[in-house]
Amino acid sequence: MTSVEPGGSEVNDTDAGYVDGNALAGPLSEVFAVDVTTATSRCANCGCTGPLARLRVYKHAPGLVARCQQCGSVMLRATRTRDAVWLDMSGAVSLAIPVGET
Amino acid sequence: MARAAVPGRLGDRLRWRIAEVAGRRVESATAVTLTLEIPDWPGHLAGQHVDVRLTAEDGYSTQRSYSIASASNGRSLDLTVQRTSGGEVSPYLVDELVPGDQLELRGPVGGWFVWRQQQTEPVLLVAGGSGLVPLMCMIRTREAAGSRTPFRLLYAVRSPSDLLYGSELRQGAPGLDTTYLYSREALKDSARPPGRITPEDLARGGWPPDFEPTCYVCGPTAFVEKTAAYLVLLGHAPERVRTERFG
Ligand SMILES: Cc1cc2nc3c(=O)[nH]c(=O)nc-3n(C[C@H](O)[C@H](O)[C@H](O)COP(=O)(O)OP(=O)(O)OC[C@H]3O[C@@H](n4cnc5c(N)ncnc54)[C@H](O)[C@@H]3O)c2cc1C
Ligand SMILES: [Zn+2]
Repeated sequence: MTSVEPGGSEVNDTDAGYVDGNALAGPLSEVFAVDVTTATSRCANCGCTGPLARLRVYKHAPGLVARCQQCGSVMLRATRTRDAVWLDMSGAVSLAIPVGET
Repeated sequence: MARAAVPGRLGDRLRWRIAEVAGRRVESATAVTLTLEIPDWPGHLAGQHVDVRLTAEDGYSTQRSYSIASASNGRSLDLTVQRTSGGEVSPYLVDELVPGDQLELRGPVGGWFVWRQQQTEPVLLVAGGSGLVPLMCMIRTREAAGSRTPFRLLYAVRSPSDLLYGSELRQGAPGLDTTYLYSREALKDSARPPGRITPEDLARGGWPPDFEPTCYVCGPTAFVEKTAAYLVLLGHAPERVRTERFG
């Protein structure tokens, strides 16, 4: 879900080199014990909220870059090194992770 | 409860597992289904995928995602892979793997592009090419569960010879309506001339937005982009349109 929303996309439409945030599920499963692609994130640039599954994910060796589906700004970067996963989430102001009721 | 929501994710982080190829079935000139055996496979939800990792002798490794095709109640795991010519991974999976070979795999993963039996609203599935794979998993899961939830499938594919799961789809299931949208070459007696998917196709073969269906759209990125935009133009709420772009 990208250019279908009002506000459109800033990322060139001919650039089809991306997939949905769903594809983050595997890489992030190395870090989190629950599925975080259904977690709601808020973009630090435009303020829109939505599940991580709807971000646009670009492969940038050696990691992944996830951009806001509304404004295209970078919300999350995940980079795998030999013994660590680096998560840069400075583009997201919050992340609400569903964990069920207590 | 989040724990129950994703079988196999009982609060553990995932690790790579070894899967063994137990079967190989040719689906079309460019696609095969691989049946994998994985000890202690925890089961999966309809629409989830796995990541497959290949490692060369020199240590170089690369991974790709593949959707699960088999019904979610099964113990075995089927992946259907379409060859992307010139691709790094898919030609190997389609042409080289034989029963007995092993693969590294991580999954099942993904909690968003899934259909659960508890959902009762009508469902629209729109597939472009190999984008049918996770949608077929939903169809098979619905049938295995004896669900009466109405499903409509719009399947955009190049020509009749490119169809995946052709005989299974022709056989059909009660409450499942299938429409084929050929882009290059249609059957002789078909009323629709070959061509890309249009808003009219979606209006005719889909559900009225008033019915508040959940729409699942899967396939090549450009196809998904266009189809999702049409659905929203037709009046479907953006949050009811779930997408899986294959790249
Ligand atoms: C969540 C998810 C689920 C997926 N499920 C399936 C599945 O069930 N079955 C399946 O066959 N594939 C599926 N894919 C696509 C798969 O992950 C690979 O992208 C695909 O097999 C191509 O990999 P490759 O290594 O052969 O090609 P690469 O070496 O990665 O790419 C070679 C060239 O082909 C282009 N290309 C890449 N992917 C495609 C494509 N899909 N169509 C056309 N051109 C492409 C690239 O831009 C590049 O120029 C899925 C992708 C995602 C993100
Ligand atoms: Zn934004």
